[in-house]
Amino acid sequence: MKSRSHSVGPVPPAPAPPGRKTAAWTLRALPVAAVLLAACGEDHQKTYPRSMYTPRSQFARDVLELQNLTTYLGIAVGILVFVLLALIMVRFRYRPGNPEPEQIHGNTRLELVWTLIPAVILAVIAVPTVKLIFETQQEAPANALKIDVIGYQWWWEYRYPVNGGRDTVVTANEIHVPVGTPVQLRMTTKDVIHAFWIPQMGGKRDLIPNKTNTILFTPEEPGIYLGHCTEFCGDSHALMRMRLIAHTPEGYREWLENEAKPAVEPTDSSLAIGKRLVTQSACAGCHMIRGTPMVGRTGPDLTHLAQRYTIAGGILENNAHNLTEWLRNPPEIKPGAKMPNLNLKEEEIRFIVAYLQSLQ
Amino acid sequence: MASTATVAAPHPAAVPATETGIWSWITTVDHKRIGILYGVTSIFFFLVGGLEALLIRTQLIRPENKFLSADVFNQMFTMHALTMIFLALMPLTAAFFNYMVPLQIGARDVAFPRLNALSYWIYLFGGIYLLASSILKIAPNVGWYAYAPLTERPYNPGPNVDFYVLGLQIVGLSSIIASLNFIITIINLRAPGMRLMRMPLFTWMVLITNVLIVTALAVFTIAVTQLMFDRMFGTAFFDPARGSDPLIWQHIFWMFGHPEVYILIIPIFGIISEIIPTFSRKPLFGYNVMVFASILIGWLGWGVWSHHMFTVGLGPIADSFFALSTMLIAIPTGIKIFNWIGTMWGGAIRFTTAMLFAISFIAMFTVGGISGVMHSAAPADLQQNDTYFIVAHIHYVFFGGTVLGLFAGTYYWFPKVTGRLMSEKLGWAHFALTMVGMNLAFFPMHFLGLFGMPRRVFTYEYGLGFEGMNLLSTLGAYLIGVGTIVFVVNLVLSARRGALAGPNPWGAATLEWSIPSPPPVYNFREIPVVRSRMPLWEGDPARDGGIPHGRVEEETEQVTIAGTKIGEIHDPEEGENKMSTHDHGIHLPPPSYWPIVTAFGILLVFGALIFRNAEGALYNLWYLSLMGVGIVVVGIYSWAFEPGH
Repeated sequence: MKSRSHSVGPVPPAPAPPGRKTAAWTLRALPVAAVLLAACGEDHQKTYPRSMYTPRSQFARDVLELQNLTTYLGIAVGILVFVLLALIMVRFRYRPGNPEPEQIHGNTRLELVWTLIPAVILAVIAVPTVKLIFETQQEAPANALKIDVIGYQWWWEYRYPVNGGRDTVVTANEIHVPVGTPVQLRMTTKDVIHAFWIPQMGGKRDLIPNKTNTILFTPEEPGIYLGHCTEFCGDSHALMRMRLIAHTPEGYREWLENEAKPAVEPTDSSLAIGKRLVTQSACAGCHMIRGTPMVGRTGPDLTHLAQRYTIAGGILENNAHNLTEWLRNPPEIKPGAKMPNLNLKEEEIRFIVAYLQSLQ
Repeated sequence: MASTATVAAPHPAAVPATETGIWSWITTVDHKRIGILYGVTSIFFFLVGGLEALLIRTQLIRPENKFLSADVFNQMFTMHALTMIFLALMPLTAAFFNYMVPLQIGARDVAFPRLNALSYWIYLFGGIYLLASSILKIAPNVGWYAYAPLTERPYNPGPNVDFYVLGLQIVGLSSIIASLNFIITIINLRAPGMRLMRMPLFTWMVLITNVLIVTALAVFTIAVTQLMFDRMFGTAFFDPARGSDPLIWQHIFWMFGHPEVYILIIPIFGIISEIIPTFSRKPLFGYNVMVFASILIGWLGWGVWSHHMFTVGLGPIADSFFALSTMLIAIPTGIKIFNWIGTMWGGAIRFTTAMLFAISFIAMFTVGGISGVMHSAAPADLQQNDTYFIVAHIHYVFFGGTVLGLFAGTYYWFPKVTGRLMSEKLGWAHFALTMVGMNLAFFPMHFLGLFGMPRRVFTYEYGLGFEGMNLLSTLGAYLIGVGTIVFVVNLVLSARRGALAGPNPWGAATLEWSIPSPPPVYNFREIPVVRSRMPLWEGDPARDGGIPHGRVEEETEQVTIAGTKIGEIHDPEEGENKMSTHDHGIHLPPPSYWPIVTAFGILLVFGALIFRNAEGALYNLWYLSLMGVGIVVVGIYSWAFEPGH
């Protein structure tokens, strides 16, 4: 734990891709800074990168608009009550010699007024609320990109249909989507209840066993958006984070093509040693690396691990140091993690890390 | 008792004398002593719950903090909620119910005094049982709402959730017993002439609250029993792996959980509705509407549970229904706020500590109500749900509402219970620290949530802009802690050395202020006859002499004024149907130790089941549970045939 916080330092919320070689789809090519400058609340987003006040989809914007309406009306009511209380405390405080107050028991007309006015205010909120409830739970349009999301303690699996639905591309924790296309997430869980939440894309939805929930949104701008599990799901709920990476349509296509390929073969002997260690050890029981004999299904798919910004459920930057720390003792970094301490030798860890880093 | 038959003159020899000593407290069936026991115990648990909150806030004082482990943090946030809701706030309201309701309705005790003692002892044992799990670091760790399937054995093999199901069954039993007792007391034991619509508003709110407790806790007990069967006897009520729908738990839990919110706030409506008229020297504005608004709130409270579940995907029709029903509740709640303001308008307001807390309650509860309406807009709640915005909301409702109200009630009724006034100086310090502390602690949480911080997280990362607001919030929590220490010091010092209060230090209007402070064991020498809603105010020539003025320390003079009032109520020419000691003597039930014995049996019945799942057969102590059943049977049998009752 110590080494993570001290030598590694915190994970920056939206890091540049660490040393990526497949350059074409790389986000570095995206004019992220320009995009942010153009957007409203640029300072706000810098300070609060996970805020719901910088919406980047129509869904998130509609929700924010409704929330702002309730906020303004609420503040108005609040000010009214506070001003009345202040006024009363000044004007009607007891002073010696005051006459006994008049013993009023009520006033039907007044009481009707403060029954009807709140009713009107609530009607002003109720109409757009019901309208938006129905709008945000529509059927997905035909051109929507449908991605399956599966929650685990404490990471996310994303499954993309490719080749007309015959094959599936599987990845973990970082969900990649194109801008401009409606995205429908079909979500369920393999263990306890989780909730998927990327504030800038819109509201959250729970992942519930034996049930498939959906959420529909259209990302508007390329960029990296932060999210977090928002249903308490056990020990490491606080460490169940995720990112949504919105690409240009071309960038998305290239990313998906790369993901659909089997894992790259080792190019030198030390990587081959790493591969042998991974595929012939306990790793194979849980993880899958397509193109190798590893077909485990209970842990994240590692086929293109080096493409990810983060490891360990989005809490650590994906680099050699953190991979090493993670392999030394996963439950120390992520309490309750299903991946046990495999008691790997330092030498073995070095080879494994090198191999994992080659999995572009 | 033999004394029931004797015709005795109303002199001290005929009335039961007060006993002292620990045994007298253990065997007491006097509603006032049980009220004090409830009060002291729940303040103890309030401190425990506060300590848990401070541990939580200390862990969150900065990002990536290592003060608590994930496991201990998750136990602490669960126990903070369980302790505050079930062991501190509900019992503290019960302390007021116990002490004040018989006094307000002119009764000598509650309807079933031994049952009253039983519910206290069950509560005490259940509380200690839950607290023990905390100290042993095997406390419930799934949140107070304990969503399935995280509570099922595959995901939670340890004893943590067993403590939840067993401890809450014990505590819930206590609440259900107590609430039946209060409902029957209020319906049946009102003094002659006290029609329902003449009851003090506090008593009304107690009636509504206890109807909610009986119904809501019954629902919860069923859910918890089902979960117990899942974990211990292999059923599959909530286990999706065996085909169940875990959402059923959420529905049942919130069917209890939302009325529970009103169980915690409606008594406060009552307390505030006693304090504000007293210190404004004006009757409550719109009494009838206040009663009906509260009944409406309690009733609507049953139809809003799924607003806790907007994110689970119930479909647009269900979401719309629950959004609209939730908004509806804002209307009666708004009426109450404005009626309190109407009560103060035109009054002569004295700023005692009790009144300060009562006015702040209105302000802070309004803040909580506003954020509540914000959640009722279901699509907006999709963003707010399970973030710190909700944490802010519930703390403005529970702390800004319930806790401030209970503080107000304590300052208000402490002189009646102890015969001494609480120190106003310490009261002001307590008030200032609490108000600054709570707003510092809870207001930034609104922004934390809106800017993306989920709740129930043991840590958060750097760089999300959460550092400053979390630091402020933790400092605010410490200030509340200091304020609470001042409060406890004030309680202890004032109970010993406070200025003598006399029967009616505030010049209040309801019956409890017509008798000495502290009240004699028999409460009313003669059962009063009630002719109005405010028997000590209306038609009272003494009031024309002027308002009781100035600082409370000077108000001990009120004794004589109140003395005259008693005389009026009991004027023999007016009260023809009154019951009096002339006719019957005063019959009070003798003390009994069967309540505590029975309560101990109940503790064993449920509590011993915890050992069933400890590692190894060595700890298999189910026979303790059977022993508990035996004790309960013996206890109830002896209880039924106890002489003198």
